[in-house]
Amino acid sequence: MQNNQPEYSIETKNLFIFYGTFPAVSEVNMKIEKQKITAIIGPSGCGKSTLLRAFNRMNDFVPSSYVTGEILMRGQNLYAPNVDPVQVRRSIGMVFQKPNPFPKSIYDNIAWGAKINGFKGNMDELVEESLRGAALWDEVKDKLKKSAYELSGGQQQRLCIARTIAIQPDIILMDEPASALDPISTLRIEELMQELKKNYTIIIVTHNMQQAARVSDYTAMMMLTTDGSRSGTVIEFSETKTIFTNPKDKRTEDYVTGRFG
Amino acid sequence: MTNPYPQDEAFHRLTKLRYFVANLWQAIFLSALLIAIVSLTALLYNVVDGAFGYIAYEYKKAPTEFTSTPIAELTKDELLVILKENLSSGAYGKLDKEQPMEERSQSDLLSLFLERLVRIDTKGTWSMTDSLMRGGEIRADVAEKYPNAILEFRSWLTPQFLVTPMSSRAEFAGVRTAVLGSLWLVGIAILFALPIGTGAAIYLQEYAPKNWLTSIIQTNINNLAGVPSIVYGMLGLAVFVRLMEPFTSGSLFGITDSNGRTVLSAGLTMGILVLPLIIINAQEAIKAVPDSLRQAAFGVGATRWQTVWHHVLPNALPGILTGSILAISRALGETAPLIVVGASTFISLDPDSPFSKFTALPIQIYQWTTRAQSEFHAIAASAIIVLMVLLLTLNASAILLRNRAQRKY
Repeated sequence: MQNNQPEYSIETKNLFIFYGTFPAVSEVNMKIEKQKITAIIGPSGCGKSTLLRAFNRMNDFVPSSYVTGEILMRGQNLYAPNVDPVQVRRSIGMVFQKPNPFPKSIYDNIAWGAKINGFKGNMDELVEESLRGAALWDEVKDKLKKSAYELSGGQQQRLCIARTIAIQPDIILMDEPASALDPISTLRIEELMQELKKNYTIIIVTHNMQQAARVSDYTAMMMLTTDGSRSGTVIEFSETKTIFTNPKDKRTEDYVTGRFG
Repeated sequence: MTNPYPQDEAFHRLTKLRYFVANLWQAIFLSALLIAIVSLTALLYNVVDGAFGYIAYEYKKAPTEFTSTPIAELTKDELLVILKENLSSGAYGKLDKEQPMEERSQSDLLSLFLERLVRIDTKGTWSMTDSLMRGGEIRADVAEKYPNAILEFRSWLTPQFLVTPMSSRAEFAGVRTAVLGSLWLVGIAILFALPIGTGAAIYLQEYAPKNWLTSIIQTNINNLAGVPSIVYGMLGLAVFVRLMEPFTSGSLFGITDSNGRTVLSAGLTMGILVLPLIIINAQEAIKAVPDSLRQAAFGVGATRWQTVWHHVLPNALPGILTGSILAISRALGETAPLIVVGASTFISLDPDSPFSKFTALPIQIYQWTTRAQSEFHAIAASAIIVLMVLLLTLNASAILLRNRAQRKY
């Protein structure tokens, strides 16, 4: 492989996501680069979260939802019949909008995911490593046995990130991870993401355009299609710089400059 | 343009009218509450009224014919000697077989002494209200009619009442057999219904697809919870007592002296009766576990089963247990199905295996209230208090459990 050739972590080919007969997301073709942060932005209800959740097959839990087209990871279609969604979620971790730690101790929050995935190594080391990786270790090292609910919202969200990196996924999906947090906690999460991208590919959905501009390398602009089907699609996908300074699509320009949405 | 709202005086009148209507409704609701409180108080009073009061009785044989010691000072050894000397050897042997005489307590032996030898003859009983309000009248009346009678104020609900088995004489009867029968009954019912009910609820909530078939099943479960209990009794009679007799009578396990009318049959019938309740409550408890928790588990690569076992069930458990306790209270108070599946109305042997004959508290109460003698009504009232205390304890623990389980997610 040549040096300049970008390496892709995951790509979608002609992806449609249906809820029953309604195509919530249609015709998405994206190639997401390895160890970069890709942001998905767009107005409410345009299918950003739906698209994100399709990457680790979380939409499987929505009754009557199905997917056409392909999501390829290392050449393997994640929606092929022989693919086990549990294995997909093992290698594509997810951080949710509202911090959702388990009602267990801080230690067990991290150890549980490792345990069910058959982790054989030193659990104490893994917990410390993961908490350090999520920039939480110094704050919680003396109260690992305390309930995760005693932490602040921002700490809980970093614990959820620690829980995700503990199972060593390739990709981390983040669904508006800072929208329920105060500005200082948000800043810490954003700093953390810059650390994490050294080892992981990150895809983040955000409502906050400044956040997308600050943290991401690539940005996908989603919008409802104009044909009246109320289906969302990616109208423009390129480097974040380009999206915010020199967008090709008029709708993207209107959105990022605040004239719409 | 005129203001469309009433002004000044008109507005004032309207406000007055609104307050009047509000106060009227408030008064109606208050009186509804008062009626409820009065009825409940009347119920409680009625029960308590029957359980305490005067009793007038005579000794058929004076205690002095057996011993010179006053009754209150008799020791266990003295009582043993008296009983052995005066009871026929057949009667003594029978009592000894039920429970060896040497192992019985002093109070137990004293009851036997009074019941079998001195033989109390009750002349009359009075309710608590009568005893307190018309004490003098009663005393004069008894003194005139039964000059030899002893008149004393007694509580029919005594510690002795709780630990004494059934007897044909109300003065010596207790609820031990019935309480043990009820405990066996709800024990078997809950052992049967809790795992099955919880399992069904987990399947319906976590696994079953949402389609017309599951919604029909769901509707049926909801309706089954409201089916009259006598119908379950008929089912129990047909299935457990008759069809499965080799199993429920224990003859499969080498027990030969019983038929299908055992505590096992009744317990299984009660299990079926409370099954819909347990399923519905468990479903509610499982529904209350937030989806974010399931997503968190799936998000770190858990299977459906790991999610249910490690997260959904532990968090739903207090709710499931609350539902089970309420189901137990229901089973404890049910009478009709027990009559149908054949609870014994007179039985003095404790149930000691699932294949025992049995009686239960509500059956015992029902049986005692149908007797003509007033002293049986008094012990029925005492048994009702025992049942109510049991039910209140169970419901209180259900509430405590629920409060403790209200955790933040």
